[in-house]
Amino acid sequence: MLKHRIIPCVQLKDWQLVKSIGFETFRTIGHPTSTARIYNARNVDELIVLDIDASINGEEINTEIISDIADECYMPLTIGGGITRIEDIYTILNAGADKVAINTIALKNCDFIKEASDIFGSQCIICSIDVKKINNEYKVFNKQHGVQEVDLISLAKKYEAYGAGEILLTSVDREGSQKGYDLDLIDMLKGELTIPIIINGGMGKPYDAVEAIEHGADAIAAAYIFHFSRNTPDDIKKELASKNIAVRL
Amino acid sequence: MGNLRSVQKAFEKVGCEAIISNDIDVIKAASKIVLPGVGSFADGMKNLNELGLIDILDEAVIKNKKPFLGVCLGMQLISKKSYENGETKGLGWIDAEVVKFDFNSLEKNLKIPHVGWNNTHFKNDNVLFNGVSDESDFYFVHSYYFKGYEDVVSSTTNYGFDFVSSIHKNNIFAFQFHPEKSQAAGLKIIENFVKLKSDG
Repeated sequence: MLKHRIIPCVQLKDWQLVKSIGFETFRTIGHPTSTARIYNARNVDELIVLDIDASINGEEINTEIISDIADECYMPLTIGGGITRIEDIYTILNAGADKVAINTIALKNCDFIKEASDIFGSQCIICSIDVKKINNEYKVFNKQHGVQEVDLISLAKKYEAYGAGEILLTSVDREGSQKGYDLDLIDMLKGELTIPIIINGGMGKPYDAVEAIEHGADAIAAAYIFHFSRNTPDDIKKELASKNIAVRL
Repeated sequence: MGNLRSVQKAFEKVGCEAIISNDIDVIKAASKIVLPGVGSFADGMKNLNELGLIDILDEAVIKNKKPFLGVCLGMQLISKKSYENGETKGLGWIDAEVVKFDFNSLEKNLKIPHVGWNNTHFKNDNVLFNGVSDESDFYFVHSYYFKGYEDVVSSTTNYGFDFVSSIHKNNIFAFQFHPEKSQAAGLKIIENFVKLKSDG
């Protein structure tokens, strides 16, 4: 049986791995190589690293660090941040990543998703969608360009149609909040897509993962809980297994 | 064709030098052949064709019987043909076709691609599974599967139905999952492949 994945999702900033809170403040997690090594030793299902310097500050993608991180990972590694050209994907994969996460370029130009998935396969292309609740409405949000006037469900469906392999769905409001996943957000997309949804933002306790999966998330991304609480990815999985949810132990 | 570096890294981890190459002489001189790959079937065959590698691979694997390891798309490519975006002829080493998952007839419509960790049921005493527990989880990511017509199945995995997750025929070993991304169990398979005697 296919297992639900628990995926640490961390950010890269100033040569450190960090965890952001609502995309605004950052807490340092640690050195990229040693953190990746620990995740590998803890046998995590996958790892996502988003390069903030590249995505927000427009700096070159830091292939040196990506390659150092990849050298520690014998599980799938996804790298995102600052991808604007097909060459960037080549660069990131050559540094040792297995998949890429794209956000701004996908919003601007859906054909990029098509082009990328034709070359690398759709399994390689994760489209990341950031969502912010404004006046009780879910709005697509972009770190560089702010609130987008595009319908969330249509956008996710469009990404799928253009060849996205997975959707990384982040609640900006919940990110780093430890308040639990935004279950209404998961409900909104439930049954709308045939590709997997990785929900991100808000895990504060292992039971939050149970609720997110019961509401329809295929995989769970988190970071805060692993670094600033006593819970390990295994604790989350044990909680899920106790509720008869398939996980890899 | 996707990430070669992670495959190379896994070989390094088990103490074996693996060379990434599309050079005919390097491939001819190799003691073992690995064909990894993610991406589309048609692109994979087009690349092999344009690089003039099809005959070289036939000679190394079929004629000279060098141990061969196919991973993911590398497993699919050794079939007769694939129906990914039209019909494309494969290397044809195994009587099999590559078809897309279709769950329309199931009550629960499963997601495609099949991505993530899934357990694998071993069918026979595949030497590459030495030291690996039956039903171990491996990392999969694919939308098409290998539909074989020969008795070469070495493991199956359930996703809506039992599909072929690995095959073994003589010197040919191939896996739909990614051993290089499957932590200890996957590295063990690679280590076992490295330890195989090479007659080539």
